[in-house]
Amino acid sequence: MTDKNIIYIEGMTDTGLIRAHNEDSIGNDLSISLAVLADGMGGHKGGEVASALAVNTVLNDLPGELERCKRLEIDENVSGYSYQSIAIKNVIEKANSVIFQAASKQIQYEGMGTTIVVTMFYGNRMSVAHVGDSRMYRLREHEMEQITSDHSLLQELIDRGFYTPEEAKKSLNKNLVTRALGIEESVKIDITEEIVLPEDSYLLCSDGLSDMVDDRRITMILEENKAHIDVACSELIQQAIDNGGHDNISVIVIQPNKQGSGLNKIVSKFKDIFS
Amino acid sequence: MTKVTIFQDLKIKSEYEITSNTTTIGRHDNNDICIDNLSISGRHAQILKAGDDYFIEDLNSSNGTYVNGNLIKKYLLSNGNEIRIGKYELKFQTDSAAAKPVREENEFEKTMIIRPDSIGLPESAGDSKIDKQMNAIAAKLATEQQQHKAPPKNASLQLLSGANAGKTLPLTKALTTLGKPGVQVAAITRRPTGYYILHVEGGANNGHPTINGDIVGSKASPLNNNDIIEVAGIKMEFNVS
Repeated sequence: MTDKNIIYIEGMTDTGLIRAHNEDSIGNDLSISLAVLADGMGGHKGGEVASALAVNTVLNDLPGELERCKRLEIDENVSGYSYQSIAIKNVIEKANSVIFQAASKQIQYEGMGTTIVVTMFYGNRMSVAHVGDSRMYRLREHEMEQITSDHSLLQELIDRGFYTPEEAKKSLNKNLVTRALGIEESVKIDITEEIVLPEDSYLLCSDGLSDMVDDRRITMILEENKAHIDVACSELIQQAIDNGGHDNISVIVIQPNKQGSGLNKIVSKFKDIFS
Repeated sequence: MTKVTIFQDLKIKSEYEITSNTTTIGRHDNNDICIDNLSISGRHAQILKAGDDYFIEDLNSSNGTYVNGNLIKKYLLSNGNEIRIGKYELKFQTDSAAAKPVREENEFEKTMIIRPDSIGLPESAGDSKIDKQMNAIAAKLATEQQQHKAPPKNASLQLLSGANAGKTLPLTKALTTLGKPGVQVAAITRRPTGYYILHVEGGANNGHPTINGDIVGSKASPLNNNDIIEVAGIKMEFNVS
């Protein structure tokens, strides 16, 4: 990769106040501007195992898969996605089968699963792929936007107009995910690609943050600590704990490096119909 | 236990325990809760149970349904809410929220998976609180998800002004950028929930892109079929099938 350190990444994970174990896992690879977060569930130690398997599979396999997909010279107009998105999708599918097989072979891991959110930055773009209710937010021009849409029963019911977003915040049905890694032999992965701007901040988090801390407070913490994203991480976790810390809490904050190579020229290629 | 207590002129008239997923309230005697009074419509309102949540929904009654003094169409109820229909007050009481913290430590707000095939919940989710109805909803959603929720792929922009008016630009990629660098740039992104447009570059002097005349900001705005967008002075129509 030629785009060395095009971003800064900091992550932090905490057990919280109620749970005995931390079933979340996080990881990053600065050399390919990659961050991964997973929230495991099920079994005695199954949740921890599932989320660790997911994160490790992505970290270990993605560099090789990126090279492989790049060599294939996939036509983006045909596939609809960048080769980076396709590589990410492939390694998440791999992680799914690794967890599914571990769960079917060892009785103590039966029923384990995990959410996952993976993001990678390249040039002036990024891809985000996710399964379950772990989220990505983007802070741009003082406004925070949730980029991913949860695979949860609640979100499905919001999409169908059964709950308003305001009602959903008060709902007691927060904790049912409709998709997770390791539960079925195959899994449907959502992938989105977005343009990256130099002043953006990005946040990956488990529901231990998004259920405990409201969007306005998250926005405030990210804005106040733009110069120190490690402080932003610990502040976010502290806020979730101060609000009760009911679940494991994981956060990863990502910021484009203004000196980075790819981001100065904002948009390099345009449809010629505009010129 | 979850119940409604019916008051008339501040006196308790009756009490009804909510057990099923739908509880209808009205004047006719085929309602679960029948209140025989002309201020109540034949089928006035219903209480819906969804997991641990309860809603009240007005069924287009003549005199309306009020919760804590506000006219509502549908409302997520919480313990102690006062519902008024016609001349009657109904007090909603539930311990479904209060019961939660007493659960065992590792049961507390534990995330659970609803299997897409929904043939029962996985072993790890053997929680009696999740009733069968929730499973049924999940099964229906899972099927719908597989059938319809694939993101639309046949989207395009038809240029309506400028030198290339009449041309069609297919949106085949997850991300398409449009505009003139240094003047105004917008991005169209395909998310699992549909297509969105957002402003990327271009100062206040040049303005922002618009959808049907409304300004597009740095947050993604959803695109609907036949929306007219304008980027860098060029008008185009968004089409999706």
